[in-house]
Amino acid sequence: MKIHIKNGRLIDPASKTDRPLDVFIAAGRIVGVGDAPAGFEPNSVLDATDCIVCPGLIDLSARLREPGFEYKATLESEMAAAAAGGVTRLACPPDTDPVLDEPGLVEMLSHRARLPEFAHVHPVGALTRQLAGKELTEMAELTEAGCVAFGQANQAIVDTQVLLRAMMYAATFGFPVWLQAQDPFLAKKGVAHDGEVAARLGLAGIPVAAETIAIATLLHLVRETGVRLHLRRLSSAAGLEMIIAARAAGIDVSCEVTINHLHLTDQSIGFFDAHARIEPPLRGTRDRDALRAGLASGAIDALISDHTPVDDDAKQMPFEEAEAGATGLELLLPLTLKWAREMQLPLVTALARVTSDPARILGVKAGRLTQGAAADICVFDPAADFVVSRENLRSQGKNTPFLGMVFPGRVRYTLIDGHMAFDGSLAW
Amino acid sequence: MNFMAASGNPQLNKHGELNHLLTIEGLPREVLERILDTAAPFTEVAEREVKKVPLLRGKSVFNLFFENSTRTRTTFEIAAKRLSADVINLNINTSSANKGETLLDTADNLAAMQADMFVVRHASSGAPYLIARHMAATGRDHIHVVNAGDGRHAHPTQGLLDMYTIRHYKKDFSQLTVAIVGDVLHSRVARSQIHALTTLGVPEVRVIAPKTLLPTGIERLGVRVFNDMREGLRGVDVVMMLRLQNERMQGALLPSTQEYFKSYGLTPEKLALAKPDAIVMHPGPMNRGVEIDSAVADGGQAVILPQVTFGIAVRMAVMAMLAGN
Repeated sequence: MKIHIKNGRLIDPASKTDRPLDVFIAAGRIVGVGDAPAGFEPNSVLDATDCIVCPGLIDLSARLREPGFEYKATLESEMAAAAAGGVTRLACPPDTDPVLDEPGLVEMLSHRARLPEFAHVHPVGALTRQLAGKELTEMAELTEAGCVAFGQANQAIVDTQVLLRAMMYAATFGFPVWLQAQDPFLAKKGVAHDGEVAARLGLAGIPVAAETIAIATLLHLVRETGVRLHLRRLSSAAGLEMIIAARAAGIDVSCEVTINHLHLTDQSIGFFDAHARIEPPLRGTRDRDALRAGLASGAIDALISDHTPVDDDAKQMPFEEAEAGATGLELLLPLTLKWAREMQLPLVTALARVTSDPARILGVKAGRLTQGAAADICVFDPAADFVVSRENLRSQGKNTPFLGMVFPGRVRYTLIDGHMAFDGSLAW
Repeated sequence: MNFMAASGNPQLNKHGELNHLLTIEGLPREVLERILDTAAPFTEVAEREVKKVPLLRGKSVFNLFFENSTRTRTTFEIAAKRLSADVINLNINTSSANKGETLLDTADNLAAMQADMFVVRHASSGAPYLIARHMAATGRDHIHVVNAGDGRHAHPTQGLLDMYTIRHYKKDFSQLTVAIVGDVLHSRVARSQIHALTTLGVPEVRVIAPKTLLPTGIERLGVRVFNDMREGLRGVDVVMMLRLQNERMQGALLPSTQEYFKSYGLTPEKLALAKPDAIVMHPGPMNRGVEIDSAVADGGQAVILPQVTFGIAVRMAVMAMLAGN
């Protein structure tokens, strides 16, 4: 299959390219950018007039809910959501049922995910068995089975000695560790940022110190072990300052922020809107603004969807009993564009946070539009609106605090290895 | 299935009238005053030989108590019966471990029994909002929801009966200094009192508690924070004591009831720092010797029993305004 994407504005953050360039694809790879290779005869021509052609988005955290939570979502439904959102590569956290702590499970998931219209899936293996924070998993075996990193999803390792050993063991083999920084004691029973909104609504709060204390612990252990640490789902300005200071002191650490924390604050809870029940909690305006600036400067490496499909039954509960999480795969691109527009950022910088930067953290050669690269491509219309509605969302998870809102940016085509995974000219 | 917008205040209808009573926060001063005015004639109903008015005749009021309560449930029951409503009491004990039927399934079932009003108590903050929104989303807006206490969030009828009591004894809110003393962190009563007092124009609302019993950011609700009870009580017109729950009397929040009483118990000696005509209130049930000395509880400045009496009139007023014929 030979494809010619014509008349588009090509943005490739990896090479800092932003200009009108055609793309030529053959056998799943990019064979030419700008000029067609000699004798190129396309089977298919995709018109990208008024559209931006960029690398397929890379999402460092999307829950697919398989195995175990098929009533919340299935591989099929969430892969359709990924393709519709222009996401061609994603990492999934290990909190499935059973937990991704055995090589067989990882192999099965990878095997199930190997369809041409499916995004490339990188499982994150459990750092400890059952995510219980007690015993290490077979990290070398899990890596062979396809795990790119090890983490704990939303579970903390309470015992610091286990944490130290897990980091030492991962460092032995050079395996990256992806952890969320949240002190489990300070977060106990908490459901919202410990501030005015929680005080007013009578919700149990999680203080910023829950994040900063955990970051301090993790940074000390990175210094101790030399492990490659990626800090997941940063929520506070104070936490970001610690990371910036640590880097200045020579500690190599990467971090990410979610689309929810980039755009929302605890005010979104309104009168107990369970859509805004998010982990870690949505924090104050100053925190959000610091995260927005940090992502713009590159102090925060990547923007993630933190896609978490939650069924209606689990959301239609009193706020504190409702399950945390929101759908996100189809919002990653529109919310990147909204942030870029509000921050007056060049698109080539903004799109780096969802393409080349997460590729670097994943340690894969992806997220770029150069000759020879896999043809994982997103073509989107930056002027077309995306209306966030239950009907428009392809994910089985229909719950998001952005429901009812309208954002710029609609995907026209998503190509995965040169295969048309989503054709928006038919869908919309 | 649709969620109704959770950003707006769902208790007023499009004409600005009270459709549900979920919280005092955000209610206009006129609405609060109208409730207090409406309650006044109801205090006389209790003194008649036939203690009934026909305002809710033919209406069904469901007391939906997901959390144990004898006092509040009883006063709601009396209020509804004095309005001639049919009252159905449901005590639904749910522990988080054994949920069974969901909250909304329960509400749907009772709505199908032609309920006109739900009086809801629930251990989770915001639970009555969920029911009110669900009723609206499913076209059953005519079913009114009264919050009888949700988690730590609100207990609006308690807040209102407290305002009725203060108005009864002090007439004018605009010159008062009011102190709320005790476990503000876990108290839905305190939150409703604060919103009611600030809305009705009380110029100085104080909260007095150790730091472990105050929520972060409480000063943003328009109160002055005192950690020293003696300092906080100086010159106040009204002392509103809060109940300290048994499970919080010792542990990581407080070391012991003895030490709490010493620092934050209302004794005649501490009360002497308030204005000589200050009144003392308590939402009940009281822990004598923990948050309040018996000499104060039974003393001349306490208005704790009148609070209970007024509570029935205020609850009658709320129910009559929501669903009255």
